[in-house]
Amino acid sequence: MTPCQGCHEREAVVHLTQIEGDAVTTVHLCGKCAAERGVATEAETSLSPLGAFLATVGKGGAPLARVAATEATACPGCGATLADFRASGRVGCPACWTAFERPLSELVRRIHGATRHTGERYADPALAPDPTVQAIEERTRLREALRQAIADEAFEQAAELRDRLRALGEG
Amino acid sequence: MTRRDDLPWLDASGPLSSIVVSTRVRLARNLAGRPFRGRGGPLDRESVARLVEAAIADAPGLAGGVWQRLDTMPRTARRWWFERQLVSKELAALEPGARPVSGAAVLVADRVAVMVNEEDHLRIQALGAGSALAETYAGAEQVDRELGQRISFAFHSEFGYLTSCPTNVGTGLRASVLIHLPALVLTREIGKVLQGLAQVGLTHRGLFGEGSEVQGNLFQLSNQTTLGRTEGELLDHLGRMVREVIDYEGRARDLLMRDAPLLVEDRVWRAWGLLRHARTLSFEELVTLLGGVRLGVGMGLLPAVPMAMLNRLLVTGQDAHVAQAAGTELDDDALPAHRATLVRRRFEEEAPE
Repeated sequence: MTPCQGCHEREAVVHLTQIEGDAVTTVHLCGKCAAERGVATEAETSLSPLGAFLATVGKGGAPLARVAATEATACPGCGATLADFRASGRVGCPACWTAFERPLSELVRRIHGATRHTGERYADPALAPDPTVQAIEERTRLREALRQAIADEAFEQAAELRDRLRALGEG
Repeated sequence: MTRRDDLPWLDASGPLSSIVVSTRVRLARNLAGRPFRGRGGPLDRESVARLVEAAIADAPGLAGGVWQRLDTMPRTARRWWFERQLVSKELAALEPGARPVSGAAVLVADRVAVMVNEEDHLRIQALGAGSALAETYAGAEQVDRELGQRISFAFHSEFGYLTSCPTNVGTGLRASVLIHLPALVLTREIGKVLQGLAQVGLTHRGLFGEGSEVQGNLFQLSNQTTLGRTEGELLDHLGRMVREVIDYEGRARDLLMRDAPLLVEDRVWRAWGLLRHARTLSFEELVTLLGGVRLGVGMGLLPAVPMAMLNRLLVTGQDAHVAQAAGTELDDDALPAHRATLVRRRFEEEAPE
């Protein structure tokens, strides 16, 4: 059991993780001490978005049944759970962001006032199309277009397509 | 003698250099499919360090860069890199008894540094002189692009660049300017200004960033949120607000000269005298006095001295740099005396009376 950091007697049931800038502090409190300090009240915790979110997750209250249900779910990437996140204030691995997408999205909305990244998009080099495959696909597409152009008796277009196929080393 | 090649982001060559010391842009990036540092072990960190080391080897934007392992570096050297603000206090493990995590490394190029195995796998940082958000971002962006072509970054279609802490997700961008606001502090207007900045999503820190106290009236102003706006929007917003703050500072200076010219002149001339003649100086004292001289020069009350010299002393006047210049140890009790000697020498060489 984690002892309460307020009275050092009862078991801590509220684990309040606060993030200010990049600094994280976690305070463990029993229900009584938490209430006395007002950390569990909406007005108080709303000053710190992450604190509010994490504190309510810790209490496992009824309105958060959805969150509580996923709390024991382990991330397939690193095995971290929401409880781990609550304790550290840090996400375990990239896959956690997908595994806990809904609660994290809510948290991100509270921190940033938005949930959707609108900045630079990243093209992963490992997922980039293979140039050889791309060339084969392009030739297939041109050959199909050429056949269609001939069928339509669009000879001018067919000639152009044939030239492009030749340029790609085919003819 | 002015060494142009040393600390180029402090050479005061950029716009608004008398008020804005420097600009910093950092991008938080993580490698795809690997645990973030908090959940990774020594093998994970080692493999991240090796992958990054291999990727930087042929990245043109990092040509001439020096790869440094912090986990095998002596404390004084780690402190030296920290003093240049290229390595965070945490990664340099400067707290008493702290040891750097295995795999901790930094790549240092001209105006760019990449921290490896900090809270995120990569912290790409670019530095610029004066108020230069666009140019400085361009430097960080180039390194980001080149590294991103060589190693796969963790990116999510909805959340953008994924980070260990949700406060950095999205663009992973933190842009900041180091700005000198003595008149706003003297006129006690600074509280209102900082409050106003907080309301528009900006935050402030001290000279050494995260959790550091404001010294010498130097504030680092930066964006608080990283998601929901494009990089350009975040930079524009910060840039606009910085110009407004500079405007307020200018008005506060006018007010001071109208209402309390003697107080201001006395303050800046005292700073001038102490820096030129003191026989011992603590770093805190140095920062305060440099602020006084900076204000006096900026307002035309003192003879002109190169802003670059005042900027560089913010770094070269720190313990590890002073110890290195004096050929002594970090824990030498004579450091304040060595510091005062170094400062006097700089003034004699770069701003003879």
